[in-house]
Amino acid sequence: MSSDREKIFSAIRAALDPLPTRTEKPEWEESLVVCKPSGQFDSLKAQFADKLAFASGRFYDSVEPLAEFLKAEQSTFGYCDPALAHLLDGVEGITFDTEYDESKINEYSFGITKGSAGIAESGTIMLKDGDTSARLGALAPWIHIAVIDEADIVPHIPAAIERFGDDPSIIFATGPSKTADVEGILIEGVHGPGIQVALVLS
Amino acid sequence: MKTQQQIDRTARDLDPEVHDSNFMGAKLKSERRYATLHRDYDDPDKLRETAGLIKQHTLEHLDTYLAQAEASFQRNGATVHFAVDDDAVNAKVLSIMNENNAKSVVKSKSMLTEETHMLKYLEENGKEVVETDLGEFILQIDNDHPSHIVTPIVHKNRRGIAKSFEREGLGDYNDDPETITRRARKHLRQKYIDADVGLTGGNFVSAESGRVVLVTNEGNARFCMAANKIHIAVIGIEKLVPTDRDLGLFLNLIGRSGTGQQLTVYNQFIAGPKSKDQPHGPEQTHIIFVDNRRTEVLASDCREILRCIRCGACLNVCPIYRQSGGHAYRSVYPGPVGAVLSPLLAGNRFPELADLPKASSLCGACNEVCPVNIPIPDLLLRLRDKAKREGAKVAMKGTPNLAMWATLCSQPTMWKTALSMGHTMNYIPTELVPHPSAKSWQGARKLPKFQGGEFRKWFKNRK
Ligand code: SF4
Repeated sequence: MSSDREKIFSAIRAALDPLPTRTEKPEWEESLVVCKPSGQFDSLKAQFADKLAFASGRFYDSVEPLAEFLKAEQSTFGYCDPALAHLLDGVEGITFDTEYDESKINEYSFGITKGSAGIAESGTIMLKDGDTSARLGALAPWIHIAVIDEADIVPHIPAAIERFGDDPSIIFATGPSKTADVEGILIEGVHGPGIQVALVLS
Repeated sequence: MKTQQQIDRTARDLDPEVHDSNFMGAKLKSERRYATLHRDYDDPDKLRETAGLIKQHTLEHLDTYLAQAEASFQRNGATVHFAVDDDAVNAKVLSIMNENNAKSVVKSKSMLTEETHMLKYLEENGKEVVETDLGEFILQIDNDHPSHIVTPIVHKNRRGIAKSFEREGLGDYNDDPETITRRARKHLRQKYIDADVGLTGGNFVSAESGRVVLVTNEGNARFCMAANKIHIAVIGIEKLVPTDRDLGLFLNLIGRSGTGQQLTVYNQFIAGPKSKDQPHGPEQTHIIFVDNRRTEVLASDCREILRCIRCGACLNVCPIYRQSGGHAYRSVYPGPVGAVLSPLLAGNRFPELADLPKASSLCGACNEVCPVNIPIPDLLLRLRDKAKREGAKVAMKGTPNLAMWATLCSQPTMWKTALSMGHTMNYIPTELVPHPSAKSWQGARKLPKFQGGEFRKWFKNRK
């Protein structure tokens, strides 16, 4: 009895053998997958902010208004990557853990983690496992804040893919978690964040 | 007129509420899709053609790419398995669970596991399985099955869902979609945390780097591999693309073609177990590559259908799907893609589904929207031919015998005589038309007055 692997490979070869010719892989230019620009932007950061808003995400480029937003949302206890704790240190009324405690999954109302890149073309946040202090910290709380270095904003998806390296888990997040399963009506915040925020710092 | 084809009968007898849900649900998405693709690109057709050629190339070199993917995943620390058929896939998942003493699974949407009836199988073997995609979760509690590839519960409305939630003890009757969604969020959250295994499908696989790509809007696939220690991905062998760079092309197309979004909210690229220092994520990644008759499709003259990236665009645009809904197709894959794929994947049960290729007006809309440019109408014709050659009874049902017509058309003298005598048709009452198929056709329609037969005479006398 040959193994399933052998059976599959020999079935593939048998299927392909009779083909008189095989399709060549087409060459394609990067421009083929880059969107037409929708508007004039003087920086990648401005384009990223615009596109993030289009995907119903929120953009901040300093900590103070973000802290105000969290308070206004009554989101005052959450999880924060220890390497980013200095951002919220001293902000009155906001407290957080720097070690993710699974038993508090329903108590953390925000999660702050490092974003590895931002994609200007689509307002996408890229999260790499190697840069993330806790997968659940970026996923389970109602508000997720990805802190991105302005220098890490790339123009388009191909440029983000070039940065993959050998990371075992990479995520592109474009706006909040959502569904339209019930009668096609859009609802944000299904399993993941209901509010997706990017804090871009230079 | 008597409707003899099964799909017509289903469409005719469809509950009007379900019909409306299907019709509106499909229509909205196809309109949005057109708008996005054309807004964003000067030459969207070039994009579709290129994507189609890349997939076709990959399929025609599948042995090479599959071996490359296997090696890449192993390099990343993932375990690669192969499964020839449904029994083999199910058994493989069960044995991985048993080896690890795992009792419960959270599952993200996957059509392939629908093919293998995995949920039922695991439950029969004592495992707890929870569907986490909102639509699939609703289907699970209702003991129903999907009627669309992308929006599995397009056939349901909020009232029915609210009743199901009430019945399952997920709160009092409330048909507000937001409340329904929040209740599911709360219920499923604990399931993610408690489960031992996260089970997913795979939308694409990059052979170059050994990455499974998962595309979801809800983030459930992410949750399935944040809180659990074992990730199992069940993937059809046709999901391969050569390189990471190629993924850029497909991700741009799948969001726009599926739901009209520029990008689906979450695109995940999974290479293997979690990073060393990362507290969350699976410690084991198992990739199961599944054949389940895909190699038979590859050997057939309909192999182009294996390019399909399951975006659902062809369903949304199909006039037959919109009227009949997905359940009318009696198989895992509905709509135009299903009309081609389902009979092929049925193996020796082909005759039972051989009528599906007839469920098409051949209007070509499916080909026009398909992001990988699959010539679906051509494939449907090839399958109609196969059904005819193999004498599939279900495909013949209600089809008039056209042998007389064929003889008439192929004999010039007879044809000319018939034309010149055509006028007599205007005086013969329908009941007396001397052929059963013509009679049955005329039972429901009225022929226009015959005005032909004069052209040849006129042309002959021209100088
Ligand atoms: S056949 Fe084409 S349009 Fe239909 S689901 Fe597949 S990829 Fe999408």
